[in-house]
Amino acid sequence: MRDFDYVAPTSLQQAVELLAKPAGQARPLAGGTDLIDHVRNGRLSPDVLVDIKKIPELNLLEAGPNGLRLGAAVNCATIAAHQAVQAQYTALVDSCQIIGGVQIQSRASVGGNMCNSGPAADSTPSVIALGGRCVITGAQGTREVAAEDFCTGPGKNVLKPGELLVELRFPAPAPHTGSHYRRFIPRNEMDIAVVGIGVSVTLDDTLKIITAARIALGAVGPTPILATAAAQALIGQPATDETYQKAVPLAREVATPINDMRGTKDYRIHLVGVLLVRSLQAAVARAKGECPNYKPGH
Amino acid sequence: MSTVEKPSYKVIGTRPIRHDGVDKVTGRAKYGADIRLTGMLWAAMLRSPHAHAKITRLDTSKAKALPGVRAVVTSKDFPDQGDRLVELGEGSVNMKHLAANVLAHDKVLYHGHAIAAVAADSIHIAQQAVELIEIEYEVLPPVQDALSAMKPESPVLNTDVRTKGYVAGGPGSADQPTNVASRIYFEQGDIKKGFADAAVVVEREFHTATVHQGYIEPHNATVLWNADGKVTVWMSTQGTFTARQQTAELLRIPVSDVKVVPMEIGGGFGGKISVYLPPVAAMLSKLSGRPVQLVMDRAAVLLATGPTPGSYIRVKVGTDKSGRIIAADAYLAYEAGAYPGSPIGPGCMCIFSCYDIPNARVEGYDVCVNKPRTNAYRAPGSTNAAFAMETVLDEIAKQLKLDPAEIRLLNAAKEGTRRVDGPKYSRIGMAETVEAIRDSAHYQSPLPGPNRGRGIATGFWFNVGLKSSVTATLNLDGKVSLLEGSTDIGGTRTSIAMQFAETLGIPCEDVHPSVVDTDSIGYTDVTGGSRTTFSTGIAAVNAANDIKQQLIERAAIHWQTTPDKVQYIDGGVTCSDGQRLTFKELAAELHELGGPVIGQGTSGKEAQGGAFGTHCVDVEVDPETGKVQILRYTAAQDCGTAIHPSYVEGQIQGGAVQGIGWALNEEFWYDPKGLLRNATFLDYRMPTCYDVPMIDAIIVEVPDPSHPYGVRGVGEVPICPPPAAIANAIANAVGVQMTTLPMSPPKIMAELLKQKK
Ligand SMILES: Cc1cc2nc3c(=O)[nH]c(=O)nc-3n(C[C@H](O)[C@H](O)[C@H](O)COP(=O)(O)OP(=O)(O)OC[C@H]3O[C@@H](n4cnc5c(N)ncnc54)[C@H](O)[C@@H]3O)c2cc1C
Repeated sequence: MRDFDYVAPTSLQQAVELLAKPAGQARPLAGGTDLIDHVRNGRLSPDVLVDIKKIPELNLLEAGPNGLRLGAAVNCATIAAHQAVQAQYTALVDSCQIIGGVQIQSRASVGGNMCNSGPAADSTPSVIALGGRCVITGAQGTREVAAEDFCTGPGKNVLKPGELLVELRFPAPAPHTGSHYRRFIPRNEMDIAVVGIGVSVTLDDTLKIITAARIALGAVGPTPILATAAAQALIGQPATDETYQKAVPLAREVATPINDMRGTKDYRIHLVGVLLVRSLQAAVARAKGECPNYKPGH
Repeated sequence: MSTVEKPSYKVIGTRPIRHDGVDKVTGRAKYGADIRLTGMLWAAMLRSPHAHAKITRLDTSKAKALPGVRAVVTSKDFPDQGDRLVELGEGSVNMKHLAANVLAHDKVLYHGHAIAAVAADSIHIAQQAVELIEIEYEVLPPVQDALSAMKPESPVLNTDVRTKGYVAGGPGSADQPTNVASRIYFEQGDIKKGFADAAVVVEREFHTATVHQGYIEPHNATVLWNADGKVTVWMSTQGTFTARQQTAELLRIPVSDVKVVPMEIGGGFGGKISVYLPPVAAMLSKLSGRPVQLVMDRAAVLLATGPTPGSYIRVKVGTDKSGRIIAADAYLAYEAGAYPGSPIGPGCMCIFSCYDIPNARVEGYDVCVNKPRTNAYRAPGSTNAAFAMETVLDEIAKQLKLDPAEIRLLNAAKEGTRRVDGPKYSRIGMAETVEAIRDSAHYQSPLPGPNRGRGIATGFWFNVGLKSSVTATLNLDGKVSLLEGSTDIGGTRTSIAMQFAETLGIPCEDVHPSVVDTDSIGYTDVTGGSRTTFSTGIAAVNAANDIKQQLIERAAIHWQTTPDKVQYIDGGVTCSDGQRLTFKELAAELHELGGPVIGQGTSGKEAQGGAFGTHCVDVEVDPETGKVQILRYTAAQDCGTAIHPSYVEGQIQGGAVQGIGWALNEEFWYDPKGLLRNATFLDYRMPTCYDVPMIDAIIVEVPDPSHPYGVRGVGEVPICPPPAAIANAIANAVGVQMTTLPMSPPKIMAELLKQKK
């Protein structure tokens, strides 16, 4: 491990200036639960870590009629405990409650999870399913990118050197909307998703017909995948298992998993179907105002 | 559950607080990596990025030139070992292979094989210097499973390996280099006739994965090579004396010049017997003139230490109509890893060890592959074998519509049964453990609900005796300092102190046990083979009896009589005239009665009788994902006499959990290039507390006649039954009979999908 310096700017302006160093030399530090490990094992060797946890914009957590604003450095424990998030952005709570244990959740941020850009990251599919947009700031100014366009490959994303993810913005959900994230892991804890699926579903006033849906798949491709056709197949259809089954082949079609120590290609494609049905069942139950039981990791 | 009327013990069978408890729970206990010595250097190692390669160039000059670097070593800095075998306590070891495993010679044989080491002023400098070592390889094709490595066209790892025990007609050849390091063959009765007479015959093939002990504390060594040539090693080890001998042999210095100081040990399970680091740190210390600390990280532990072998096993069993086994045949090929030495011997001896089988044959092979050199792991070789035999037996029970407990009882080995490898059992408790499970509330309870199933399985381990030493000093306040050489992994300070206290009739709390270095106690073999409570216990009982004898003499002086008039009874001495002194009263007088009293005891002649366990498990299988949940688990085990029942239960529970890990998810995952891709606890999936229910332990007590209190070792048996019991439960739940370990979700799902077709 290389020795590094640590700075903790208190304004976005300062942070952007500090990060404007040549590529790789300065690195934003949110919870550090990925970063410190990468520095320790030599995957990254920055000269300076720029702690972003003292910057007001990155600590924002606000829900209102215009939706949710989530600062990139807010930790998972804080997010999961937020009442409006619990009520309206439930998939995010599901994600934040399975990333690591209590210690990790008290440090790890959803922003860091996205910026680390692991294909199996547990919050990214939820952010995509909830229609999140990424607000990015750098020396060149501020821009916005849809969450599904943020990751570009394993460990890669649209951030240019020196750019910072400032916040995630989510639209306010329509009435009768429910969302859910679930992952399959071989154990019941301390594991990385073999497949993860985030879904958001809106029902009509009769609570019978699906009027809108978004489905995001994790760990079955180089980046999380927005499964548009699978979601499209649900719209206008009754919220039943037969309908969900129709979406299964369409979701499997866009999955491009690999064989590795976490699962085989065939098994992952199989799981996409199983988890899609299970996550739709849970999201629809939530859309109906029910509180479905679910076992994380199954 | 006891099979005999137990003597009324005062200390044995109680549950005193462990002597090392306060240090452990307050974090004050000192482990190897806690050592800080004046002027100490930090060391880092270069490890192979390839599974199999020739080293064509190795240049450490740039690393040596980095400021802050004090020494760099490669295998060239070590004395040549020649061709010699050295007896290292638990068997003889080829020193050339041991040395090449510590630092590779001209070839690397597995991903993570150690090549060079650097000592520097800080760990960061040492790590940076490692990156400056220039090395080139000629990469060779790897071979990673036993059956492939046995084929004539396979790449050969070691040019000096010939097949030991080879007979014409088998694979390999007596004079050609081969990966087949040894062949084992046992036979009794007439298996041809046995199978011809059988009413039911089941034959299956099994594959088990390479798995690691997973001790929480990584290997470490801090070494000072002093200016007088004396070497002191502080380390985590299961056996200070074998660590001393291995270190001395590798450095080719006299054993008495090496002192090994045992630190607390964070788990070993067999994996902390072989040395990896002490000779390297010693050489770095010699070259730098400073103490050197070398600590592995988790990746190094998983890449280059342990593991226990992956295996291929074929078993064929025939029974008559009643379920009585009349013939059994087994073929086993165990992966030795880079150098010979898999537990194929015990595997072959254990596979049929639970049953009385008139006609049997076992053939086994020890095969080198491009994986880390295997080491002992809790009942080495037995778990693989039990997985095969115990699932085949269940299939037969199913065909004959016999209860799984009944078929085991029908065939149970007992006193006088001859094992296929020759020995006859003394009094054993195999049937008693099956009965304990059969009669348990768990086995008797219904198991309602879909996709749920129950399975049982039995396991065996020999348990060894070997040698131990204990000395005990009586203090004037009537308390005793007890010194022992057995490093304490499972609470043995207390279980040994308890036997000592029982013998003298004093409270266990009055005995203060310490595990001391190799200069401070007599020779003691490793804490392994489930031997410590048995054998070091015997040494402690002998030391206590020695003290008894001396106290009788002192009391005779006190009473101005002769020793034959004095008896030691019930924690004190009694004179034939009725006078009595308690242990404490007599201790207070010692200085007036001739000075200090020091007792000593050794053990070495006693052989243990072997132990059995039977487990019962309920599982639920998710039919859509193949994931298995363990709902309920009960383990019954014959432990002879439970000295400290909590520690017996702890061993049973710990072993069962490790076995559950083998069963469900643990495996070394190598990519096609032979690189280990899951050298982390994230992807090497040991069970967590969310994956395992409370393990109910049923202690069965069939005293071992070879121990004064009837102790049988308990540490190893409990890892043997779980994979088979869980496979049997899965079959019972969803109708697929698994023959591959681990029975991970993708593998079970694949079988379930096949079944649907
Ligand atoms: C024990 C343990 C368990 C874990 N379990 C899980 C799990 O179950 N699921 C899961 O998905 N992950 C898990 N992780 C990984 C990790 O905790 C998550 O990815 C976490 O969300 C990362 O957030 P962080 O705030 O710690 O990011 P950091 O480590 O601080 O940052 C991650 C990366 O993003 C960059 N970065 C951070 N913030 C920004 C920003 N605002 N703008 C630009 N770049 C930024 C950093 O430079 C770094 O490269 C686990 C990690 C550990 C150690």
